[in-house]
Amino acid sequence: MHVMYFSEQPMSAYPKDEADKLGYSALLFSNEHFDPAEGSRLYNEYIEDFVAAEAVGFDGVMLNEHHNAPFCMSAKVNVMASVLAHATERVKIVLLGNPLPLADNPVRLAEELAMIDMISKGRLVAGIVRGGGTEQLSANVNPAYNRERFNEAHDLIVKAWTQPGPFRWEGEHYHQRVVNPWALPLQTPHPRIWVPGVSSPETIEWAAQHGYPYIVLNASIDSCKKIWGIYEGAAQRAGYTSGPEHRGYLIRIHCQDTESKAEEGARQFMWMQGEFVGLLHPVWGAPSGYLGAGARRPMALVRAGRKAMAGKVPFEVQAGAGSIIYGTPEQCIEKLRVLLTETRPSILSLWGNDGLVSHTDAQRCIELLGKEVLPAVREIGEDLGLKSPFEVGAPTSLAHPEPAMPRLVGAR
Amino acid sequence: MAEPVQRQVSVDGHTVDVVSGGSGPPVVVLHHDIGNPGWLPFYDLLAEQFHVVVPSHPGFDTSQRPEWLRSVRELASLYQWLLHQEGLEDAHLVGLGFGGWIAAEVATTSHGRDRGLALVNPMGLQPREGEIYDQFIVNAEEYITAGFADIAAYHGAFGQPPSEDQLVTWEVNREMTTRIAWKPYMFDRALEHLLRGVDAPTLVVAGSGDGLVPPVCAQQYAELIPGAQLATIDGAGHFVEIERPDELSALVAPFLAKAHTEKQGS
Repeated sequence: MHVMYFSEQPMSAYPKDEADKLGYSALLFSNEHFDPAEGSRLYNEYIEDFVAAEAVGFDGVMLNEHHNAPFCMSAKVNVMASVLAHATERVKIVLLGNPLPLADNPVRLAEELAMIDMISKGRLVAGIVRGGGTEQLSANVNPAYNRERFNEAHDLIVKAWTQPGPFRWEGEHYHQRVVNPWALPLQTPHPRIWVPGVSSPETIEWAAQHGYPYIVLNASIDSCKKIWGIYEGAAQRAGYTSGPEHRGYLIRIHCQDTESKAEEGARQFMWMQGEFVGLLHPVWGAPSGYLGAGARRPMALVRAGRKAMAGKVPFEVQAGAGSIIYGTPEQCIEKLRVLLTETRPSILSLWGNDGLVSHTDAQRCIELLGKEVLPAVREIGEDLGLKSPFEVGAPTSLAHPEPAMPRLVGAR
Repeated sequence: MAEPVQRQVSVDGHTVDVVSGGSGPPVVVLHHDIGNPGWLPFYDLLAEQFHVVVPSHPGFDTSQRPEWLRSVRELASLYQWLLHQEGLEDAHLVGLGFGGWIAAEVATTSHGRDRGLALVNPMGLQPREGEIYDQFIVNAEEYITAGFADIAAYHGAFGQPPSEDQLVTWEVNREMTTRIAWKPYMFDRALEHLLRGVDAPTLVVAGSGDGLVPPVCAQQYAELIPGAQLATIDGAGHFVEIERPDELSALVAPFLAKAHTEKQGS
């Protein structure tokens, strides 16, 4: 098992009532409600949390980015990764990930990631994402070409990492006169690439076609099994059999010394009106062209208010279904045992704290997860044969099958 | 009035649906970003004197989408090809809103044609004051209703409420608009320079109540195109051909008829 700690890094010090009045908490929700003094405090607390996760035994820290909304204040995943590259010593720094289509110069990303890999001494996992629908608007990047840009930026970055420069790149969306970055990853053939997602079948298949692990973001156990079905089918067609090393799962889990204290903290997973991303807007969440042709009719109806958006699921229902876990360490272990048995991932991300959980409580949660839950999770993983890509030396990708390894530091 | 005729033509291997009616000199109407809602009373009024041809732009309504088509200027080039192929290269052009931008782009690269050009609440220029309404921040109904000064005309044209199929057609058109006009939104900075070379007799019509395109844009067009005339329909919205077809055709039809006579005489 590879077990990571994750936090959405919420901008929890924002006036929720203002968002409730407007009916949305993204894109046009004014940043006059953003308090940089509170931002400064929170960024530093989140850094302390990630450092604490290493100290109590986590294998990795998972980082992400989002834009123009309080549900996540990490606006550039590579910034937090850079800080942690130096502030930690052992954990993998797992970015899930860089939103490739939002970049106008992917070579810059290749350079930033290479720096992070060198500074961290080869601990980077360079996951990639499409970016949320709203973020196509906030970055003003054409949503209709999101997938084309994702694919092309990926190809360019991997080439920049694996083939000596200088070379020229003349693609559909990216044109580089000279690609010759003077910063290359410490890991060879290149840092591992993981792909997180919630459902888009095209992305699941794309990950499988490349041999990249797919990290399911807190979907139900049933949805997760469907996703593995899609992944396994695409892997078979690509000529290999996928296993636990290709499967990851992110679960919201809040652990405290007592069940009632844990429930109180777990309820903070609902802090953004029960949605990860806050009050969803039917137009911004999936701009025209962002989803496939099959989504036209349902999205047209959703936008017009003729069809409800996916409804908010009450806390009790989510907890009952196991998509939010809380309790004492023993209770958390038993619920995780069910999850791991049913979904069989080798990469497990524990989203420990959200919303207005105090820093003291967040630190206690991390400590309990690391010291008491993690050892049991490792045993369960061992019993179920859930070996991570690192444990089995899985191929970095189909195109570059050698397992990613840091070049020896100070070897010459 | 003769019944309008539906037919399909093909350009670059992609089918384009065309509806036409009436007889006389040919007039091609280029529709809005929301598509062509069907054979409109405004077309009937023009068809009293002209052969009116209304294609659904490639990628809009039921016309096939060329995947490579990624800008309004490319769409205008494709239209030159289509018009030439259909023997319509000398047809007068009426451009409605977004279609006004396409018609203007066609006119900037087809000098010496001597055809008439009528641009109605045209997009394509950055407004001197204000902004062109951003449809991608709102849903289709909010966008389209903002383009009506008279909401009853909206309900009359699209039903109350619009059908689900209508919503899906708007979604298709919105997606194609995204593909070709996302950024900069609904204008091209080079156009104001290219318009100075347009030699077609041009009428620009502004609805003073246009909620989507600031009426100053029509004024800018009229200032840039040599000899262009500017007319204003007081209080009319963006979709003036639906709201006030009689007043619009009373401006456009005589202008094009005169342009045609002058063309014959030249």
